[in-house]
Amino acid sequence: MAKDLTLLLIIALPLLGFAINGLFGKKLPKTIVGGIATAVVFVSFLLATTLFSGLHGTQIVKLFNIINFDQLQINASFQIDALSIWMTLIITGIGSLIHLFSMGYMSHDEGYHKFFTYLNLFIFSMLLLVLGSNYFVLFFGWEGVGMCSYLLISFHYNDAQKGLANSLAGRKAFIMNRIGDVGLLLALFMILGQFNTLEFLSIGKALQGDTTLQGGAMFFITFCLFIAATGKSAQIPLFTWLPDAMAGPTPVSALIHAATMVTAGIYLTVRSNFLFELAPFTKDIILYVGLATTLVAAFMALRQNDIKKVLAYSTVSQLGLMFVALGFGAYTVALFHVTTHAFFKALLFLGSGSVIHGMHEEQDIRKMGGLAKLMPLTHLTFLIGTMAISGIPFLSGFFSKDEIMAQALHHNPAVYAILVLAVTMTAIYMFRLYFLTFHGAFRGGDTLKSKVHESGLSMTLPLIVLAVLSVFGGLLNLPGLFFKNAAHWFDHYLSHGTFGLSEVHNAHLDFSTSIGLMLFASIIAVGVMIWAYLNYAKKGALAKEDAALNGWERLSAQKLYIDEIYNTVFVKPLLALSDFVGKVVDVQLLRNGVYALADGILNTANLTRKWQTGFLSSYLFWMVFGLIIFVAYYLLKLSVWH
Amino acid sequence: MQAASSIGTSLDFYLFVSFALFTIGAIGAMTRKNMIVLLMCIELMLNAVNLMLVTFSTYYGNGDAQIFVFFTMVVAAAEATVGLSIIIMAYRNLKSIDIDMYNQLKN
Repeated sequence: MAKDLTLLLIIALPLLGFAINGLFGKKLPKTIVGGIATAVVFVSFLLATTLFSGLHGTQIVKLFNIINFDQLQINASFQIDALSIWMTLIITGIGSLIHLFSMGYMSHDEGYHKFFTYLNLFIFSMLLLVLGSNYFVLFFGWEGVGMCSYLLISFHYNDAQKGLANSLAGRKAFIMNRIGDVGLLLALFMILGQFNTLEFLSIGKALQGDTTLQGGAMFFITFCLFIAATGKSAQIPLFTWLPDAMAGPTPVSALIHAATMVTAGIYLTVRSNFLFELAPFTKDIILYVGLATTLVAAFMALRQNDIKKVLAYSTVSQLGLMFVALGFGAYTVALFHVTTHAFFKALLFLGSGSVIHGMHEEQDIRKMGGLAKLMPLTHLTFLIGTMAISGIPFLSGFFSKDEIMAQALHHNPAVYAILVLAVTMTAIYMFRLYFLTFHGAFRGGDTLKSKVHESGLSMTLPLIVLAVLSVFGGLLNLPGLFFKNAAHWFDHYLSHGTFGLSEVHNAHLDFSTSIGLMLFASIIAVGVMIWAYLNYAKKGALAKEDAALNGWERLSAQKLYIDEIYNTVFVKPLLALSDFVGKVVDVQLLRNGVYALADGILNTANLTRKWQTGFLSSYLFWMVFGLIIFVAYYLLKLSVWH
Repeated sequence: MQAASSIGTSLDFYLFVSFALFTIGAIGAMTRKNMIVLLMCIELMLNAVNLMLVTFSTYYGNGDAQIFVFFTMVVAAAEATVGLSIIIMAYRNLKSIDIDMYNQLKN
């Protein structure tokens, strides 16, 4: 099949699934709805693998023209290159696994067809985002995923107890994302003004050899792009929506808020690498924002008691880590972590989903414990995910994190030191979560215990696949020390197939430093694992109640009071201003002003109305009167003239 | 322009007659209530203007205005026809041709 047709099918299939489920889903049986939704994404994945295997060079597929105005040409066109196809593989691959998982997870839900409709629409939007060959199509996808995220976070908006909270969480995510989207729009306009095109390749080629554009313009463009990235990828200061987004069903958290959508900011930065390379100051900002985010989020995760909240903060923290890599200009390294993170974070979220499903919607880890025996498969896969994210040697997370740490050590040892702290905290909160959930005694009461069950095959199969990927994902990009020929496959793949990336070179450390780095990282991860085992499993330490927390624990549990600070600084003044505008400006000024104007006109009209007597003779009288005035005027003028 | 001698110093008389006719017509239109009289007054004013046109036409020896007067007379005839038929229709409605009765459009 021709490449362009394959590509269009990849994009069109989820849209087709969306249309079928959206239009007829209510009348179709559940297995067919879920089956169609899963099948279209899976077929897209298979088609993407054919593109992947036959990939060489960059190819543009033009579908149709959107705007044709003077010199401005914007097309709905798509780009096949290493980066876009890789993202497509992640999205459709993990997407189909999560669709499969959802068939089990959502089986009791009323909005079953609605859920799959949104999910397919999300996949479609996300594919637009990563496959578009210009910023315009990217923007379309960007807004589409934002909308799907909103719809899916507040999916259970009519829930009796948590309905309002779910809606508010959705609204928060939407508003936070809008702030970032403004940045993207501004960047788009500036790019258009600067380059007269939105095509990635044209911009990249215009910049080649042209050094006049460095400095101011590049800084503002990249800075606005980065603002967009902070919104979508939950970085300081716009990260607070992601933990709240856990109000959505767990497969949504896994797909949108861990594996795919939140990495859109990283994709945007990697895609725009030719712009960021000309703006070193923006890269520094990215570095330090990423660093702060990874540290702060890891700290907040330490004392969360909601199984999904821990994972949410962990996601924010890992995204921060990716931005640190981007700040160093190590684009392939960041994308490698995106990939492995997609594997193990999707695994962890689905694992937590399996736990929540088995526990009948209980999310509090204080009520769990000892689930290892009750849910053996979930336990095993969750353990693998935990080990992968914590950086236990030779699992995927170990390699991808090590790459970032190596970049940090090479560029700036102080950053490395802070990252070590963040990574240590990551291991601590993940193993705390794991041991509190799966070891010790069951704390949810006997009635609940008797009902806890292992999930069905449609839920455990994705877990197993993702667990395998989490274990072996590191093979994609092995360090150059031991595996001379197989090493850095992913680096080569991306940098040779993506515009601009071949110009950028990652730092490579010498042999002894690399070994030392890995050993140190391994010691930390294994050390934390052993400590957590002794503390939580052997000694039986439990998560404290909120009231018993003090000092830093309280700060962590209360998320550093960031939400409260935002409320005081932004929300309350805004509400006060709205109140003022609503009650004073609107009522006093606008409403009364309009009334006064209308009254004035009415009164004047009443006065002049009396002139209209209806008697012809009086009209005639005024007409002749006017005539006389005219004649008198001209006669006077004539006499004065002479 | 060269003044024609055929009228000579009697120009003032013609103008006076024309002005007197127009004034009578205007005052009549303002003061009288009978629609037919009103119509006649309007005709009077028209003819005053016609007279003035013809006077100046002769005075300056230029025939254009005289031709124009023919058109005015034709239009005046048509206008009188329409006006009279309106008056007949109005009379059928209110059994009166007093102009002050016809002010229903006011409100």
